[in-house]
Amino acid sequence: MTATTRTRGPVLAVAPTIKKQANRIASGILLAGLALVLLENLIKAPGQFVSVVLLGITIGAIYALVALGYTLVYGIIELINFAHGDVFMWGSMVSATVAAHWMGLDGSQAWYVTVPLVAVVLFAAMAFCGAMNVTIERFAYRPLRNAPKLAPLITAVGMSFILQDLALAIYSPREQSADGIFPTNVLFDIGGIPYRAKSLLVVLITIPVLAALVYLVRSTRQGKAMRAVAQDNDAARMMGIDVDRTIGFTFLLAGALAGAGGMLFVMFQTSTRYDLGFQLGLFAFTAAVLGGIGNLTGAAIGAMSIGLIQAFNEGLQYHVPGSNWTQSVIFAILILVLVFRPQGILGEPESDRA
Amino acid sequence: MTAVAADAWYRVPWPVRRVVVPAIAVALIVLYPKYVADLPTQFPEMSTAVAMCVFIVMALGLNVVVGYAGLLDLGYVAFYAAGAYIAGWFATLQFAPHVVQLWPVTVPSTLPGVHVNVWILMLLVGAAFAALLGIIIGLPTLRLRGDYLAIVTLGFGEIIPQAVNNGDNWFGHNVTNGPNGLTPIDQLGFGTTLHNTFSFLPANYRQEFDVNNYYYWTGLFLIAITLFCCIRLRDSRLGRAWVAIREDEIAAAAMGIPLMRTKTLAYAIGAFFGGMAGCFFAIYKSSTFPQDFTLNISIFVLCMVILGGMGNVWGVMLGGAVLAYLNYQGLNSIGKTFNDTFGTSVSVPTYSFGIFGAVIVIMMLVRPQGLIPSKRRRAEFAAAEEGLDVGRAVMEE
Repeated sequence: MTATTRTRGPVLAVAPTIKKQANRIASGILLAGLALVLLENLIKAPGQFVSVVLLGITIGAIYALVALGYTLVYGIIELINFAHGDVFMWGSMVSATVAAHWMGLDGSQAWYVTVPLVAVVLFAAMAFCGAMNVTIERFAYRPLRNAPKLAPLITAVGMSFILQDLALAIYSPREQSADGIFPTNVLFDIGGIPYRAKSLLVVLITIPVLAALVYLVRSTRQGKAMRAVAQDNDAARMMGIDVDRTIGFTFLLAGALAGAGGMLFVMFQTSTRYDLGFQLGLFAFTAAVLGGIGNLTGAAIGAMSIGLIQAFNEGLQYHVPGSNWTQSVIFAILILVLVFRPQGILGEPESDRA
Repeated sequence: MTAVAADAWYRVPWPVRRVVVPAIAVALIVLYPKYVADLPTQFPEMSTAVAMCVFIVMALGLNVVVGYAGLLDLGYVAFYAAGAYIAGWFATLQFAPHVVQLWPVTVPSTLPGVHVNVWILMLLVGAAFAALLGIIIGLPTLRLRGDYLAIVTLGFGEIIPQAVNNGDNWFGHNVTNGPNGLTPIDQLGFGTTLHNTFSFLPANYRQEFDVNNYYYWTGLFLIAITLFCCIRLRDSRLGRAWVAIREDEIAAAAMGIPLMRTKTLAYAIGAFFGGMAGCFFAIYKSSTFPQDFTLNISIFVLCMVILGGMGNVWGVMLGGAVLAYLNYQGLNSIGKTFNDTFGTSVSVPTYSFGIFGAVIVIMMLVRPQGLIPSKRRRAEFAAAEEGLDVGRAVMEE
C-alpha cells in the first residue's frame, strides 16, 4: 500500500504539467485547423468571406445583448436563467406588435417619422422585458433564494415553458412579422452580396447600449452595489446594501438588454416566433460561458465569437459542416471550452467552478 | 398534512404495512388490464400505461444521477436515444441486404437486415451501449461541477439528436436514416418454442389481440428490475458514496472516495436504465425518429424526479406516473372536461409544456422538496428553513 503511494507521488506531481501541455497542443491544433479553413475560404471567395464576417458581427451584436443578461444574473445569484431567452422572445414579439400593428410602421414613412418611432419601440421593448424579468424574479426566484441551488434552476425552466406558451396562446404559432421597418437600402456591395443599412443599425444601436451598461456597472453607486452583492451576499447586506433591491435591479437591467436584443432581432430578421427564444438563449448562454461567465467584456467577446462561428458555419462554402450542424458546432465549442478552459476566454481561474 | 398522514401510516401494524398493503397494491397494478375496461375513461388506457412504465424507468434512472449523486443532467434524452437507436439498428431492415440473425424470436429466418434477439437487445445491448455513452460523455465532463455540468450535458443532449437527424449522410453513409427514422422494429415475444411449451407466453406480442397488455406487463417487469437495482444501490457502499459526494465533494474526497470513478458510475448506471427504457419504447412503437429526442424530454424526465421528490424511489415513480399520464392522456381528458363545462374550445394539449411549467413553478414555490421527499432531503429543507446545520438536522430526523 505504502509502496504504491510512494511510486505514485512523483507521477502525480508531473501529471498536471503534461496535461497542461497536452491541452495546449490539442487546442493549438484545433485553432490551426480552424484558421486553415478560414484562410481557404478567404482566398477562394473573398467577397463572400467578408460579407459573412459582417453578418456574423450583426448576429453577434444581438447575441451580446442577450448574453449580457445571462452573465449579469449568473454573476449576482449564480442562476442560469433559462427563462431569459424567452424574455428576449417576448421583446421581439412586443416590438413587432408595437411597430407593425400599433404604429403601422412599414418602411414607407419618412426618416424623421421612423427614427423617433423606432426609438419609442426600443424603449417599449426594454421597459416591457425589464418589468417582465423583475416580476419573474420577484415571484418565482426570490422565494427560493435560500433553497438548494437546483430549485431556482428548475423554476427557471418552468418559467421558460410558461413564457413560451403564453406567447403561443396570444400570438398563435404563426410567425409575427415586422417588415421593412429598418431601412434596407444597400450601403455597399461585396462580391455581389449587399450590406444593408439595417445591419449597420443593429451594431450602431448595440454599441451605446453596451457602453452605457459598462458605465453603469463600473462607475455608478448602483453598479458598485451590484458588484458587492455578486461578491458576497451577506457582507453586502452588512454594509447596508439592500440586497433584494440590487438583485431586482440586475434583473431589470438584464430584461431591458434582452428587450433591446429582441427589438433588434425582429427588425433585422423581420419576423419572430414564439419558440425561438429557448434556442437563441442557449446560444447566448454559450457565448457568456465562452467569454467567462460573470465577465461583461467577456460576454460581448464571446457573443461576437459565437455570431461569427454561426455565420462561418452557415455562410462559407468550403469545409464547413453547414447549417444542419450549427447547433452541434456551437454546443461542441461550449463543451470544449468548459472542459479545457472552464473559466472562459477572459474569466479568472476559480477553483470552485472547475 | 403529510406529517400527519405519515404518522398515521406508521401506526399501522407492520404486517399490514409491509405485507398486506404492498401485496394488494402490486395485485391491483399487475391486474390493471383486466379491469381497466370497467373504469371511467379518465383512467389511463393501456397505451398510456405502457408510456407511463417507460417514463417511470427513465425517471428512476435519472434519479440515480440527480437524486443520489447530485449531478444535474439536462441531456438524459441522449441515453434514451442511444437505446432506441440500438433497437433501430439491430432489429430492423436498416442494414439490408446483409442478413445477420442472432437468436431472433419474432422474425422469419429469411428476413434481411440485422436481427438480434430483442430481449438481449433491450436488457443488455441497448442499456450497455447507453451506459458506455454515459461513460464517454462523463469522463471528460464530470470534473465540472453543478451548473457547468448541467450545461455540458445539455450540450450533449442537443448535439446527439441533431447528429442523429443528420445521420442519413455521415460522410456519405446512411447510418440513422435521418428524419425518416427507422421502422419497423422487431416486436417482443417469446418465440414459438416457448409458446408451445407455455401457452400463456405469446410467440409475438404484435400478433396477440391485447398486445398493449403484454407490453404493459413487460414494462412492469422493467420497472421491477430498475426499482430493485435502485433500492439495492441506494443502500450499498456505492450509494452512500454518492450521497457523500452530493453533500460535500471535498469532504467525500478526503474520506477516500474516488470522485471520478464514483460519479462516472452514477452516470453509467443512470444511462443504463435510460437506454433500456429507450429501447423498450422504440420496440413498442416499432419506430424511432430523431424528433422523439428533444431537450423537452430531458426536462420532462427531470421534472418527474423533482416533482416526485429527488432521491426517493417511490416519489420518483409517482412523479413519473403522474406526469406521463398527464402528457399522454390526462391533459386531453382534462381539456375535454374543461371545454364541455365552460363551452370553450381550448386545445389544452397544445399548451402542455406551459402547464407543466406552471406545475413546476408552483411545486417549487409551495413544496420544493417534492411530493414524497426522502428523509434526508426533508431534513435538509427543514434545516435550510430554520437556518440549522444540515448534518444535525439529518441526525435528528
